[in-house]
Amino acid sequence: MTDYYELFGITRSLSLSLDDLQKRFYELSRQLHPDRFMQKPEAERARALDMSSALNDGYRTLKDPIKRAQYLLSVEGFDIGEQRSKDVPPELLEEVFELNMALEEMRGGDDSARPQLEQAEKNFAGMLAASDQQLIDLFVKYDVSQSREILTQIRNVLNRRKYIFNLVSEVQRTLETSHQQPTTSN
Amino acid sequence: MEIDFTSSGHIVGIDLGTTNSLVAFMDLTGPRIIPGADGDKLVPSVVSIAQGGEVVVGNPARELLITQPERTVYSVKRLMGRGIEDVAEELKLFPFRIASGSESVIQLQLGDRTFTPPEISALVLRQLKQNAEDYFGVPVDKAVITVPAYFNDAQRQATKDAGRIAGLEVLRLVNEPTAAALAYGLDKRENGIVAVYDLGGGTFDISILKLHDGIFEVLATNGDTHLGGDDIDNLLLRIALEDVASEWGQDLSADSEGVQRLRRAVIQAKERLSFVPAAAIELEYHGKKYEREINRELFDKLITPIVNRTLGPCRDCIKDAGVAVEQIDEVVMVGGSTRIPLVRSAVENLFRSKPHTELNPDEVVALGAAVQAAILSGAVDNKLLLDVTPLSLGIETMGGVVSKLIHRNSTIPASATENFTTGVDGQTNVLIHVVQGERELVKDNRSLARFDLKGIDPVPAGLARIEVRFLIDANGILSVTARDQRTGKEHSVEVKPSYGLTDEQVEKMIQESFEKAEQDFAERQVREQRVEADAILLAVEKARRHDAYFELADDERAAIDKSINELLLVYNSDDHHLIAAKIEQVNQATIKLAENMLKGTQT
Repeated sequence: MTDYYELFGITRSLSLSLDDLQKRFYELSRQLHPDRFMQKPEAERARALDMSSALNDGYRTLKDPIKRAQYLLSVEGFDIGEQRSKDVPPELLEEVFELNMALEEMRGGDDSARPQLEQAEKNFAGMLAASDQQLIDLFVKYDVSQSREILTQIRNVLNRRKYIFNLVSEVQRTLETSHQQPTTSN
Repeated sequence: MEIDFTSSGHIVGIDLGTTNSLVAFMDLTGPRIIPGADGDKLVPSVVSIAQGGEVVVGNPARELLITQPERTVYSVKRLMGRGIEDVAEELKLFPFRIASGSESVIQLQLGDRTFTPPEISALVLRQLKQNAEDYFGVPVDKAVITVPAYFNDAQRQATKDAGRIAGLEVLRLVNEPTAAALAYGLDKRENGIVAVYDLGGGTFDISILKLHDGIFEVLATNGDTHLGGDDIDNLLLRIALEDVASEWGQDLSADSEGVQRLRRAVIQAKERLSFVPAAAIELEYHGKKYEREINRELFDKLITPIVNRTLGPCRDCIKDAGVAVEQIDEVVMVGGSTRIPLVRSAVENLFRSKPHTELNPDEVVALGAAVQAAILSGAVDNKLLLDVTPLSLGIETMGGVVSKLIHRNSTIPASATENFTTGVDGQTNVLIHVVQGERELVKDNRSLARFDLKGIDPVPAGLARIEVRFLIDANGILSVTARDQRTGKEHSVEVKPSYGLTDEQVEKMIQESFEKAEQDFAERQVREQRVEADAILLAVEKARRHDAYFELADDERAAIDKSINELLLVYNSDDHHLIAAKIEQVNQATIKLAENMLKGTQT
């Protein structure tokens, strides 16, 4: 497995300059893309395919802050299994319980739950934004300290964020599919 | 730009279109289209099989579409990589018939032969290859072929198969809008964000690219591989058929020739409507006349639903690209259908800027393919395409749910690794079902293939650890490899494509097409010898009335008669050597006669 940080020639940090990353990506693409090896022997062509797919996978991972953090956690040996993201964060228990009731009503065709769901969507979206800010702060802290304690905190925020993200998506889906009066959205 | 075009032979760029196909190449002056023998740059993607089995391609085949419609195929691109159930509706409008045994690959019945869509496409490619070879005077066996960006794995594979059957090594499949951007970027712009709106005969693509100092990075792509000018033709054709039915009291739809004549009239009217405010659909058939004028207003109203179907993919593409409409510097129009004024105004409204229509929308894709060919040959080294996969790739998991491994709009080559284990003690194989599409459930996506991992050590359930790597290459085509993590050994993976040809089938077709080519060649040689024989028989027949003939000795005349009889005996044989030998015998027997005749004219 190629180490993406190594491949891009950057230190293992969580705050990255996207402009710099893109510049490196373009430079490396010019060197590694299979187009450059069409006239070369089969072995070199196969290697170019391997290297450029790793480069593309790496760019996709590193340019997205969430994927970048998940990647760094996994190479640092953290378990970021799906299991954890399904557990309700304790401080959200009550809110999630009420939300689920409202979702049920809405799916059952009761449009009176709409305002409550729209409000919940707003609340949770706010929590998402707060998580993102938290992550940015933790990224900076990690880059300075390289501390595993911070990585643990990052993992917890990621799990919580994932949980909230799924909630928001579900609320949005329910609101969209339960449109009582079809509006001309286009 | 430093260019060396002499180093690696001729790699051509081919636009294998629904309606027309083109072949192009690049030299020091830039990319250029190679015309056919008739001087036409566009080779209609029409194939006809004559009564004698002779293959006719391009403009002459388009004529045969009228006179022998049931032996003629057009728009075969719409059938590439598809199952019979996908295309049942539109097959009703095609004049040719589907043969039995069309489960995983459609079989088209043309006379007494059947062809799969890749074989028909191969015949078009073979013609383009021939045009290029006639132009260069040397064999051409390597090509870059363009495909709609939204083509799935099966459709891409089918196109690659077509190339192989035609005797071409397909160095790369390039997405059509990306190729267009390459030609456009070469010509007009080095940096910025460009959208390419490509509405052709049968397919629609929208791609958004970032151009940066020679890098052409596709940010997102979207489309519909079943949407294009054909749909407009079919719409107008249905209306015209209804008109004819009520005016003539005659249902023309079962009459292939009548339908094809009407279809041609409809297309002519459609094309004129891009330039004039009103045009008539005119048909004269079996002494009856039909004429209907359609003005722009009515035309626009009729085609609005079709044009609107392109707008949803455009919006999704902008969203996926992560750009605001205002950030898009230019919209490049590609494909013949972008000549339609309503299409242009719809695009202008959506992108809020006037689309770029200076490049010839029929040629720009082929020109871009030629540029990509030059990149692959190493002749152009300052340009690079970074394309994406149009559809998410996933595998079937418990309950028929899709687990996505590679998301749509990922830059290719792209890969994903997944670990599998066994569910039963002693299990020695694992079946992996790979699908393409954006939906949650397997049944709503496109089944790509089933991969059978074989030779797993019989160990207790859950103990086996097989690492499977899914790799989408720069052509957008998937390959799968598997490795046992405990033993480190590579597993064999047996692929069962859901739609399309197996490798063995393609090999067989290559073989057959090779044999067919030999057979065609042999037939041609026989025909040529018969022409020679006709000439010499005629000449001897005339000479027999000449004075010189009667001056010959009896045995000389007998020798001539004998040689003539022997030639007549082998005249209908399939052996051109034999005919040639007997012609030579007649030649020998008539030497003195010819000399005497010559003397006679001199005195």
